[in-house]
Amino acid sequence: MEARIDLDSPPPPAAPARGRRRLGGLGGRRGGPDGTRRVGPGVALGLGMTTMYLSLIVLIPLAAVVWQSTEKGPAFFWQAVTTPESWAALKLTVVASLLVAVVNLVMGTLIAWVLVRDTFRGKALVDMLIDLPFALPTIVAGLVLLALYGPGSPLGVNLAYARSGVVVALLFVTLPFVVRTVQPVLLELDREMESAAASLGAGNATIFRRIVLPNLIPAMAAGTALAFARSISEFGATVLISGNIPFKTQVSAVSIFGQIESDNPIGAAAVSTVLLVIALVVLILLDVLQRWGARRA
Amino acid sequence: MPELSSAAPKVAASTVSKVALRSVALTYLFFLLVLPLLLICWRTFDHGLTPVWTALSSASALHAFKVTVIVAVLAVALNTVFGVGVAILLVRHDFPGKRVLNAFIDLPLAVSPVVVGLALVLVYGNTTALGGWFSDHGFPIIFSIPGMVLATVFVSLPLIVRAVAPVLAEVGVEQEQAAWTLGASPWAAFRRITLPAIRWALAYGMVLALARSLGEYGAVAVVSGRLVDQTQTLTLFVEERYQNFDQAAAYAASFALAFLAVVILLLIKFLRPKDSA
Amino acid sequence: MAIDAAHVTKRFGDFVALDDVSVDIPTGALTALLGPSGGGKSTLLRIIAGLEQADSGTITIEGEEATRLSPQRRNVGFVFQHYAAFKHMTVYRNVAFGLEIRKVPKDKIRRRVTELLELVHLDAMAHRYPAQLSGGQRQRMALARALAVEPKVLLLDEPFGALDAQVRKELRTWLRRLHDEVHVTTVFVTHDQEEAMEVADSIVVLANGRVEQSGRPDELYERPANDFVMSFLGPVTTLGGELVRPHDLEVLVQPAQDTVPATVLRVVRLGFEVRVEVLLDGVETWAQVTRTTAARLGLQSGSTVYVRPERVSADSDSLVASA
Repeated sequence: MEARIDLDSPPPPAAPARGRRRLGGLGGRRGGPDGTRRVGPGVALGLGMTTMYLSLIVLIPLAAVVWQSTEKGPAFFWQAVTTPESWAALKLTVVASLLVAVVNLVMGTLIAWVLVRDTFRGKALVDMLIDLPFALPTIVAGLVLLALYGPGSPLGVNLAYARSGVVVALLFVTLPFVVRTVQPVLLELDREMESAAASLGAGNATIFRRIVLPNLIPAMAAGTALAFARSISEFGATVLISGNIPFKTQVSAVSIFGQIESDNPIGAAAVSTVLLVIALVVLILLDVLQRWGARRA
Repeated sequence: MPELSSAAPKVAASTVSKVALRSVALTYLFFLLVLPLLLICWRTFDHGLTPVWTALSSASALHAFKVTVIVAVLAVALNTVFGVGVAILLVRHDFPGKRVLNAFIDLPLAVSPVVVGLALVLVYGNTTALGGWFSDHGFPIIFSIPGMVLATVFVSLPLIVRAVAPVLAEVGVEQEQAAWTLGASPWAAFRRITLPAIRWALAYGMVLALARSLGEYGAVAVVSGRLVDQTQTLTLFVEERYQNFDQAAAYAASFALAFLAVVILLLIKFLRPKDSA
Repeated sequence: MAIDAAHVTKRFGDFVALDDVSVDIPTGALTALLGPSGGGKSTLLRIIAGLEQADSGTITIEGEEATRLSPQRRNVGFVFQHYAAFKHMTVYRNVAFGLEIRKVPKDKIRRRVTELLELVHLDAMAHRYPAQLSGGQRQRMALARALAVEPKVLLLDEPFGALDAQVRKELRTWLRRLHDEVHVTTVFVTHDQEEAMEVADSIVVLANGRVEQSGRPDELYERPANDFVMSFLGPVTTLGGELVRPHDLEVLVQPAQDTVPATVLRVVRLGFEVRVEVLLDGVETWAQVTRTTAARLGLQSGSTVYVRPERVSADSDSLVASA
């Protein structure tokens, strides 16, 4: 019924967009600016060009990867994925990414909390630094970490050519995800809810567990999923610090790169397809999560 | 006064936990972000300015810088046109397949840069039908600038759309409609009303895309063939110098890229859509 | 007729916004499209402006067939509920916009804009941005902007809907005076019957996608075509199962001709008016009397009174039957 009322009187100007922006939040609008479902010539032209651009750059090449890997049948595909080297790299990639996701879940939420609820000198600077991993080229990130945690480390910590080095590199590049998804939600959170809980006798721990946390969970989950997806696919940051040692520190992206270099496109395509599938599953999960979060909000 | 007696320890406890949380957060950030950055500055300028200058003004470094700028500018330009167009399509129009298009836009974020490179090589490589045709006509795509632009466009594709679309939705259609009723053609309404309304969001998206384009490594590493003095970008230069034990040049170029990143960060900070806007 | 909308139908999916609506808007008049939210009035206005396309039916503006004309070429002024101010332009540039689009010479633009800003009392605000104006000022700017291009008709979509009550009242009086000065054919959409009654020369009542009635404000009030129009245009209560205006009920302490006995439930004093709530034949109803009358009758809850219609709406019975 409400939707019908909207038809007649235009809605008030949208409230300032805050925080949670759904990735898929643009779908489901009813009608165009003139309320019709007609596709005018201008729209058709734009749509055609968009489809072509997207197809030539993204869709056809990705389809070629999947095609290349499955062309010779599932057995061949499976064989390419489960060569000892590729399989070890895949296992390391998934395990390291899971670990990185969990650390991000905890530390990211904690950092977001400190940035929103705490006040201290230099907070604005710290807040700005959070985005640094997004702006810094990944190869530079790798080099930077290698300088600190590599051979000749001024701290005496040498993680180079070790799995822990891979994890640190992934932690660096994924740092902003959870912080930047949780932070706006926390900012928006109605503090009166907490006051109400306190007036009902709840202690700080109870308030956090029963009031704050349930409101943050969708954002935390979304940020964690993004961090996981990024870790799965990361290449530049890990290539230097991992030393690219098969069966030990080689992650899948690096292993794919090696296979391309050694002219084994089928093997590379097979592992790529697996990474694509994992990433897509995570993205779909993320979309479901966001719908769920939007419904609860 | 039971409230007072119970409130006092609570405040103390929350202060302690606040300081504890703050310490944990700042320590983590210090070791993960700040220390490595300080170290790279220190390593770069360890031996004074001269070696840095020498390394950055070498012919290879300058060429890499030029290639980086060409690729990044072309990629950002293409994605700006595409990004604004798609944002308008998604926000202002309704058409069959809208949800699918919307989902496809985010796809590049989920793809590993190496897979991007492989995907482009498989279609546009010089041994494939399409790539072969292009290279036979003197316009090779892979191991050449066009392929690098394609790779960079791929990885930064969603950034401008996603920066512009929410603002376009928020601005609403009424200002444009008002312009139409005043006689403005759709193009005039776009140029004089829509574009000024989204200009900061667009600038924000362009800066994000620029950062991504300047820093891209994996996808470009695959499609460029990493030909020194030909298709080498700054990020490839860093890696190649490092592998060749020329740490001075690797650090100098890294510092230059990190410096650009900080400038971009400041721009992002300045342009980021604010809640109060 | 300045605007002639004939057999206009518009659907949004399954929802019928306008169902074969025909409306004539007289030249030079100030006409209100009145109705509840979702009744189709804004849709009709937007179809007249070309911002929506009708599924069927025709629109004629000043004798020119405009059904398929783009909004750019209809030469209508449109004022939006939320102003649609061009936020990145000053008040001056906002008003000048339509003239700049038409490539009018600069000095002519300056003269026209200055004149309009004086008309809407914003001459002192010319170089401010919309964000620096109040809601009322923004709406006046939007009005000046629409008038600048000398439109054939001026269309206002809930022009005062986003303003607070005080400014709203000021602005509607001002709109009436403005219209008396510029005489441009004006149509405004409102869901506020008081606003429509006060400002408009004629009113078109739209509900559920259909025209319920149209005519002069007093005609509509005195001779509503049906119960809907009657109850939409003013307060109503029931007497013997029929709708009556509460101020048309006479309250007496002694039985008289045509009176019906009733028990007073509550006496509510609302300043000058007094609302007498009574139980009549087991049905709650109410009458509106003046403070003086209430005092004279000495009304108290529990007392018995005698109620009769003071003046029966002449032909409401037959009209109700025909609706």
